[in-house]
Amino acid sequence: MGLFDKLTKLKEGLTKTRQGFVEKVSTILTVHKKIDEELFEELEETLIQADVGVNTSLKLVEKLREEVKARKLKDASELQDVMKAEISAILSKGNTDLNIERGKQNVIMVVGVNGAGKTTTIGKLAHRFKKRRYSVLLAAGDTFRAAAIDQLVVWGERVGVDVIRHQEGSDPGAVAFDACKAATTRNEDILIIDTAGRLHNKANLMEELRKVGRIVRREMADANIEILLVLDATTGQNAISQARIFGEVVDVTGISLAKLDGTAKGGVIIGICDELNIPVKLIGIGEGIEDLKDFIPEEFVNALFEQEE
Amino acid sequence: MAVFSSLAEKLQDTFRKLKNKGKLTESDVSEAMREIRVALLEADVSYKVAKQFINSVKERAVGQEVMESLTPGQHVVKIVHEELTKLMGASQSKIAVSPKPPTIIMLVGLQGSGKTTSGAKLANYFKKQGRRPLLVAGDIYRPAAIKQIQVLGDQLGLPVYSMGDQVSPVEIARRAVEHAQENSNDLVIIDTAGRLHINEELMKELKDIRHTVTPHEILLVVDAMTGQDAVNVAEAFNKELEISGVILTKLDGDTRGGAALSVKSVTGCPIKFVGMGEKLDALEPFYPDRMASRILGMGDVLTLIEKAQTTYDEKKAKEMEEKLRKAEFTLEDFLDQLQQMKKMGSLEDLLGMIPGLSNNKQLKGVQVDEKELTNIEAIIQSMTPRERQHPEIINGSRKQRIATGSGTKVQDVNKLLKQFIQTKKMMKQFGDSALMKKAKKGKKGMFKLPFFGQ
Repeated sequence: MGLFDKLTKLKEGLTKTRQGFVEKVSTILTVHKKIDEELFEELEETLIQADVGVNTSLKLVEKLREEVKARKLKDASELQDVMKAEISAILSKGNTDLNIERGKQNVIMVVGVNGAGKTTTIGKLAHRFKKRRYSVLLAAGDTFRAAAIDQLVVWGERVGVDVIRHQEGSDPGAVAFDACKAATTRNEDILIIDTAGRLHNKANLMEELRKVGRIVRREMADANIEILLVLDATTGQNAISQARIFGEVVDVTGISLAKLDGTAKGGVIIGICDELNIPVKLIGIGEGIEDLKDFIPEEFVNALFEQEE
Repeated sequence: MAVFSSLAEKLQDTFRKLKNKGKLTESDVSEAMREIRVALLEADVSYKVAKQFINSVKERAVGQEVMESLTPGQHVVKIVHEELTKLMGASQSKIAVSPKPPTIIMLVGLQGSGKTTSGAKLANYFKKQGRRPLLVAGDIYRPAAIKQIQVLGDQLGLPVYSMGDQVSPVEIARRAVEHAQENSNDLVIIDTAGRLHINEELMKELKDIRHTVTPHEILLVVDAMTGQDAVNVAEAFNKELEISGVILTKLDGDTRGGAALSVKSVTGCPIKFVGMGEKLDALEPFYPDRMASRILGMGDVLTLIEKAQTTYDEKKAKEMEEKLRKAEFTLEDFLDQLQQMKKMGSLEDLLGMIPGLSNNKQLKGVQVDEKELTNIEAIIQSMTPRERQHPEIINGSRKQRIATGSGTKVQDVNKLLKQFIQTKKMMKQFGDSALMKKAKKGKKGMFKLPFFGQ
């Protein structure tokens, strides 16, 4: 896929968000022409409706007010660029590259609430690494949900990588341990560990996850370790609570935002970047196996603000 | 997040300055409504729905008499809470059962909302009611989705109808219903693949299933954590399929679940069930009032107020007041008080309902000793009526008997008697003074229990 195609795909995947958010913003700016209180209120409304969150929305609009004052802006159309720049600034915090190095051992542990899209994300990740000629091993660490292991195995077959698995109901820590051992002996480049979905307020389940994380860190002390939190883009403000608590328990190093194509409210990504110090690294913008993309803030903002020709 | 449980507190602050007002003016209410709007938005209630809602509530709140026993802040919250509850409709967990079996239920929703799990929970729910559900594996797209429903069926001991992943879901649904008729299954639950509401091709497939088997119920499965997009999702599914109800899943998380309100107000369909856990029996009926409290992010202060009002009946309160005034308070009255308290629920529950206390750090981990209360109750119940009226006659051998009868020790009996005498003394001192005036003022309120905090 060429760079051009890639951008087209990204634009396509973000169609909903663009229509639901950016185009609304431009409409507001065109209709109003003059910069007044009403305009700011409408912008705030649009941001909140895009799941940006109350705090971040207020902050963004406050920034706009300041800029208008400082630069003595009069024309509403000038605000679009200001907004783009502010959003860009929020999104560009932190390193958005996956923590993967060639010639070194790499582990990616994937965590998240139920139904966020962990297993699918893993399937797509495995596919992308395989294509880039890494050797990949998967670990079926969701031993709880019915047929979760089978689901990962199907992905393994599809992509052509092996899956380390135990029986349903077995200890996920043991699966992780075995997988780490296997990855080391077989000298695999990348080990991707699936975990069972769990709601972050379930203390026992979070303890179990902490243990799995500990095992991985101990067994793969020399490896690059990426703990990837998968968030469903349709989730509202709870996403922030999820990121915070998972972050505390397993020291999440990156976020993968799944199902971004399905929502007009991609704004949650802005709220997350603003309120947390965990960078978004991947975005899922379609159901196809290729539709998991690196999150590149600049590209993202451009695709978002790109007008239909 | 600090914002979460403090709506009542915030409003309290807003209203503190107008403490002495008997009425709320429009601008007072507007200020409160701003706070409530933020609370709703933070709970992911759709912006439009929140706006509409606030407008309708505002009218009701302006000019309302502020009840004496409630602070204005609580009063406004109470109105908001009532309206919110009303909007979410009555508790309605019934499924339309067809007079001519089988009843057909179809589950639809986005990916990862919890359709398959909800289907199994629903089947379990009906199995317990003596029905014979058949689960249908209609998700042929997601890897191992069929296997998942088969495993769940096995766990529940229920049949699962599957034709693999090469036959169209429409055909599977049609054959499944025939299969149910032949095998006298009176309930068919059709699982479908998760899909985006904007995916026309897959939406058409659902419509085809609907035309082919005409389900009695089409339930939309919605993740309680869904954000502002909940409205669009509900709208799209409802427009294409005319859903008959909603299952709200993952409500055992810490989301405030504003999606519930959005979905309800957009579709008008009742929320029939909520998913409260990973176990297959964790499917519960929907309670609008609980949901309202949750969305507003407050302790269950209203339930507490109402409980106190209904359980502590006024007549008894009057009698008690009289007795207190004349210092005729006996152990029997105390027992009475204790039982009134118990009617309101466990002490820990009660503490949890008091706003500001529910997340009070000092109180966290404090275990209220319910057992001690039970002991006191047992001790008093082991006394003769005469002993309760005239505790001074209780001598050594009576104490021994009471202790044995209540399964406690003589020391416990002594402790209770001592505390009782002290309290009585204290009341005498107060006489008609401050305590009584206070007691009179809070007509329906509770009396301070003499033995607490000792």
